[in-house]
Amino acid sequence: MAFTNPVREHYQKDLDALRAAGIFKVERYIHSAQAADIEVEFPAGAPLKRVINMCANNYLGLSSHPEVIQAARTGLDTRGYGMSSVRFTCGTQDIHRELERRMTEFLGTEDTILFPSCMDANAGVFEAILDESDVMISDRLVHASIVDGIRLCKAQRDTFKHANMEHLEEKLKLHSDKRLMVVITDGVFSMDGDTPPLDTMAALCEKYGAMLFVDESHSSGFIGKTGRGTHEKYGVVGKIDIITTTFGKALGGASGGCVSGRKEIVELCRQKARPYLFSNTIAPVVVSGVLRVLDLLSKSTELRDKLERNAAYWRKGLTEAGFVLKNGDTPIVPVMLFNAKLAQDFSRDLFDEGIYAIGFFFPVVPKGQARIRTQLSAAHETHHLDKALAAFIKVGKKYGILGKTKDEIVAMYGL
Amino acid sequence: MESTEDIRAAVLKYVKAEYLEDDDQEINFDTALISGGIVDSFSMVSLKRFLENRYKIQIPDDKATPESFDSVNKIASLVETFAAGKV
Repeated sequence: MAFTNPVREHYQKDLDALRAAGIFKVERYIHSAQAADIEVEFPAGAPLKRVINMCANNYLGLSSHPEVIQAARTGLDTRGYGMSSVRFTCGTQDIHRELERRMTEFLGTEDTILFPSCMDANAGVFEAILDESDVMISDRLVHASIVDGIRLCKAQRDTFKHANMEHLEEKLKLHSDKRLMVVITDGVFSMDGDTPPLDTMAALCEKYGAMLFVDESHSSGFIGKTGRGTHEKYGVVGKIDIITTTFGKALGGASGGCVSGRKEIVELCRQKARPYLFSNTIAPVVVSGVLRVLDLLSKSTELRDKLERNAAYWRKGLTEAGFVLKNGDTPIVPVMLFNAKLAQDFSRDLFDEGIYAIGFFFPVVPKGQARIRTQLSAAHETHHLDKALAAFIKVGKKYGILGKTKDEIVAMYGL
Repeated sequence: MESTEDIRAAVLKYVKAEYLEDDDQEINFDTALISGGIVDSFSMVSLKRFLENRYKIQIPDDKATPESFDSVNKIASLVETFAAGKV
């Protein structure tokens, strides 16, 4: 046995350091299906507590939708449980290709390839299509999975200030000698809930001959008038060269992701992307569920419309109560507290009031920008939001931060 | 070769323009850039390129560590080391 006591102590020290830094993560066990109301065991062993979930990516409330569950059951009956193979051996069913076709149509692209997750899509796509002669220019706040994908790729790297188009243009000029340029951004930034000006980005990319990559994980299904994503909101459907997105959030919430875009890029991923080549794809039961999600979203915009109303109602309520919010119009509404301990204490007190919302702080967000990230869902009814708002106000009064500016909160609690 | 003071001033000016989002954010020669979360390890690449172009030096990747780039003072001393051909 090579796992000696010194080795164990080495890892124990690492874990102790995380605890000492206050960044040790603890899971909360949910004993019910994902929904607006959930039953939570926290801390481990505590009696179950019924709380309102304000931190799921269940934007459209489809995680436990009866039609999606029924479609998944049918998929289980007709296509089985697992594939026991990667795609190119014997792991591709007709429904996998069908989902790729449907996503291509939904996103308005040329072709699509499924990945086990969007994390895998982002980790695999750059390495498959770029090399040392090329450059990846990414927004400084892109998701961690994109950061990993960039790390795995041999192409040169650069970054631009968050959503700053002047800075992006400087970088495009600077790298115009490279063979290929890819500009990389999130569609909706998951920690801030803002969207970059994709119309300007697409125009800049066109001007300088760069490709444009957008991760639509926090927008597919609900941003834009028919929920196609940020590219629909900014009127640039068909102009995004590479879109990645997930089925683990609004589109049913189970798992899986995809790369969608120019057909040559998709084909290269099919030939070379390692997470696609060396891992099973999405299970048939999930594929069947996502196909039903796309049916539902193509028939009606009712869910994304309700989500939009919920987000506006929630944002207005918090603003009128005197909280400092990050600007935006998406269902991600960060309540800014700035101080990491305050964010943790606030989250704990909300839980006591029956509201499940998590505090985020460095290194997940920049130092001095700790927050409670709230996320709206079409599964929320007005009574959920009213109860959550009352709890936020009660806890906000306890800490004396209502109506206070950033500087005043920082003066009280520090950064 | 520029003086230490001039290198520090040039690096500070570049860091402010390239990395700071907020105009009123104050940084000085000793502010922790990488460990303080102002410059992430990815964005360090543009700083390295700036130094190499401006001072006509080559900083090998194994010397361009987050530690050696963690403040304007440390960067200035790295530049002087390479410019003097000490490495």
